[in-house]
Amino acid sequence: MKALSQKRRHPLAAIALLLLGLLVTGGLYAVATTVNQAKADTTTFSANDTQEGAKLFAANCATCHGMGASGTKDAPSLVGVGAAAVDFQVGTGRMPMQMNGPQAQEKPRQFNDEQTKQLAAYVASLGAGPAIPDASLLDEKGNAAKGGELFRVNCAMCHNAAAAGGALTRGKFAPALAGVSGQHIYEAMVTGPQNMPVFNDANISPEGKRDIITFLKTIEANGSPGGNDLGSLGPVSEGLFVWVAGLGVIIAFTIWLTSRTS
Amino acid sequence: MGNHSDGSPNHSGTVATAGQNDVEKFQDPGLPPHRLRLADTDPRAAKRAERQVAILFGISVIGTVIFLVSYFAIDLGQDSTIATIRTQNLLLGLGTAFAMLGIGTGIVHWAKALMPDHEVSEERHAIRAEEDRQAAVRIVEDIVEETGIKRRPLIRNTLLGAVALAPLPALAVFGDLGPRPDDKLAHTMWAPQDGKLKRLTRDPDGTPIKASDVTIGSAFHVIPEGLNELQEGKLNAKAKAVVLLMRLNPDDLTISKGRETWSYNGIVAYSKICTHVGCPVALYEQQTHHLLCPCHQSTFDLTKECKVIFGPASRPLPQLPIAVDAEGYLVATSDFKEPVGPSYWERDEHERLINS
Repeated sequence: MKALSQKRRHPLAAIALLLLGLLVTGGLYAVATTVNQAKADTTTFSANDTQEGAKLFAANCATCHGMGASGTKDAPSLVGVGAAAVDFQVGTGRMPMQMNGPQAQEKPRQFNDEQTKQLAAYVASLGAGPAIPDASLLDEKGNAAKGGELFRVNCAMCHNAAAAGGALTRGKFAPALAGVSGQHIYEAMVTGPQNMPVFNDANISPEGKRDIITFLKTIEANGSPGGNDLGSLGPVSEGLFVWVAGLGVIIAFTIWLTSRTS
Repeated sequence: MGNHSDGSPNHSGTVATAGQNDVEKFQDPGLPPHRLRLADTDPRAAKRAERQVAILFGISVIGTVIFLVSYFAIDLGQDSTIATIRTQNLLLGLGTAFAMLGIGTGIVHWAKALMPDHEVSEERHAIRAEEDRQAAVRIVEDIVEETGIKRRPLIRNTLLGAVALAPLPALAVFGDLGPRPDDKLAHTMWAPQDGKLKRLTRDPDGTPIKASDVTIGSAFHVIPEGLNELQEGKLNAKAKAVVLLMRLNPDDLTISKGRETWSYNGIVAYSKICTHVGCPVALYEQQTHHLLCPCHQSTFDLTKECKVIFGPASRPLPQLPIAVDAEGYLVATSDFKEPVGPSYWERDEHERLINS
C-alpha cells in the first residue's frame, strides 16, 4: 500500500483511476443486464390456480375492487381486464396500491410469481381480456428500426424519445422504460394501465409490439458510449452541465492564460 | 514616466500654502521590479518546462493518432449498431480536441515559461484634439469646394435620385423570398377529393382504421389516406393533417350544437397541432381525458371538445368531423372547419371563408 500511496500524485494516476472506474462500471452494468433477463413463464393456468387466486383476491384485493372484482366506488371492476393487466399491475408492484395519489407507483412487489399467476388466472376467469403475451413476442428479435418508428409515433411524446419518461398533468407521469421487462411493456400496451391509452392489436399489431420491445431493449443495451447521458432529459440537464462545466473550463483557461509563471 | 499632470481644477489654494503646489499629490510608484521566472534562474526548471511543452505537443500527436485510428479502424459495416457510431463520434471528438488543445496549450506554456519576458513600456501619445478636428473640417470643406456640388445642382440632384433608387432591386429581391403562404394554412389533406371521403389511416403505415378497431381507452395516431403516396410536400401536408383519434364512453362527451354528427359512438378525432405554437399535442390521459402539450403544458379537456383548461393555448383544438363508410372504415366527412395550428394574421378571414 505504501508504494500505491506514494504514486497517488503521479501525473498518470488520474488516468489510471479513470480507466479503473470505467472498467468497474462496465462490469457492474453487464452483470445487471444479465440479471434482468431472468423472467417467469406464466402462460397456462390450471383450475387450481383459479381457486387459489380467488382466495388471494378475497384476502388482498377485494377491499377496494369488491367481492367478485365487480368494483366499488374506490376502485374499478376487474371483469374483462384480462390476465395481462393483473400480471402487469401486480408483477411491477403497482397493486396492491400503497396509498391514494395521482397514480399507483412501482414498488417492490408483494406477491411472488406463483401468486401473481394465480391472481391472473382468477381475474382472467371472470371475463375475456388480454392474455399474457406469448414468449415468441418477447424474444427481442424483431425489427428495431421499425420499432423505433412506432415508438416515436405512439410512445415518445409521453415516455420521451430516449424512453427516459416524462411528466403529465397534476402529478402524474409516464415512467422511464429502462429495466422494465419486455413482458410488462407488452402488457402495458395492450391493457393501458392507469392513464396510459390502450394500444390494442388492431392499433399496433403484435408484431409491431415485438418490434417496439426490440427497439427499447436495443437502445438500453447500447447504453451511452459518450459518457453519462444526464438522464436523457434534453436541454435542461445538458444545458446546465455545459453552463457549469463547459464555462468553468473556459474560465480556468483564461485564468491560466493571463497568469504569470512562477 | 514623466510627471503626472493633475487634470482636476486646482483647488490647492484653499489648503496649501505657496510653494507646495509643485509637490505631487501621489507618488508615481513606477513599474514593479522585474521578477525572474524559475526557468530563467534554474536550468533544471528550464529543462522541466521544456519537457512539459514537449509532452503537450506529444498529447497533440496522440490525439491525431486517436482520430485517424478511430476513423479508419472502427468498422461501420453490417455488424455495427448506433452504439458503434456513437463510440466512433466520441473518439473522433476526443482525438480532435486533444490534437488542437495540445498544440495550443503547448505554445502558450512555451511562451509563458521559456520565451524571453522583457518588459516593454510604451508611452501614451498625447491627444491633439483641436488640431485633428480642424484638419477634418478642412478636408470636408476641400471636398465640397473641389467637387463643386453646391455650384452644380444638376449633378447633386441626379446623384440623390440615383442613391435613393439604388436599394429598390433589394426590396424586390427580398420581397420575393418564398411564395406567400396565402390560404395554404386554411386547408389540409382531409378535404374530400372528387367527392370521395378520405379514410383515417395509421401513422406511419397508412393502413385504414375500422371503427371496431378503436376500443374504449384507445388512442390512434392518424394520418390521411394517400399521405404516404405524396411525391412532394409530404412533410408539410403531414404537419397540417396529423390527427389524434380516441374513443371514450359516449356519455362522457359534451357535444355542442352543430357537432352532433362529428363523432361516432364516442370516437372523436382532433388535430394534433397545438393552437399555441404548434407542437404536437399527443399526451393523452385515458382516465382524466386530458390532452397535454409537452412544450408549454397547455391542457385540453377532451370531454368538453378540447377546451383549454390550463396553459397558454388560446383556442380549443380543431375537431375533425368523422363518420363510418360502407365498409366500416373511419372517414373524414370534411376538412377541419377552422384553420389548424397557432394564430396567423389572416386566420379570422380564412375561418370565415371556410364556414361560409
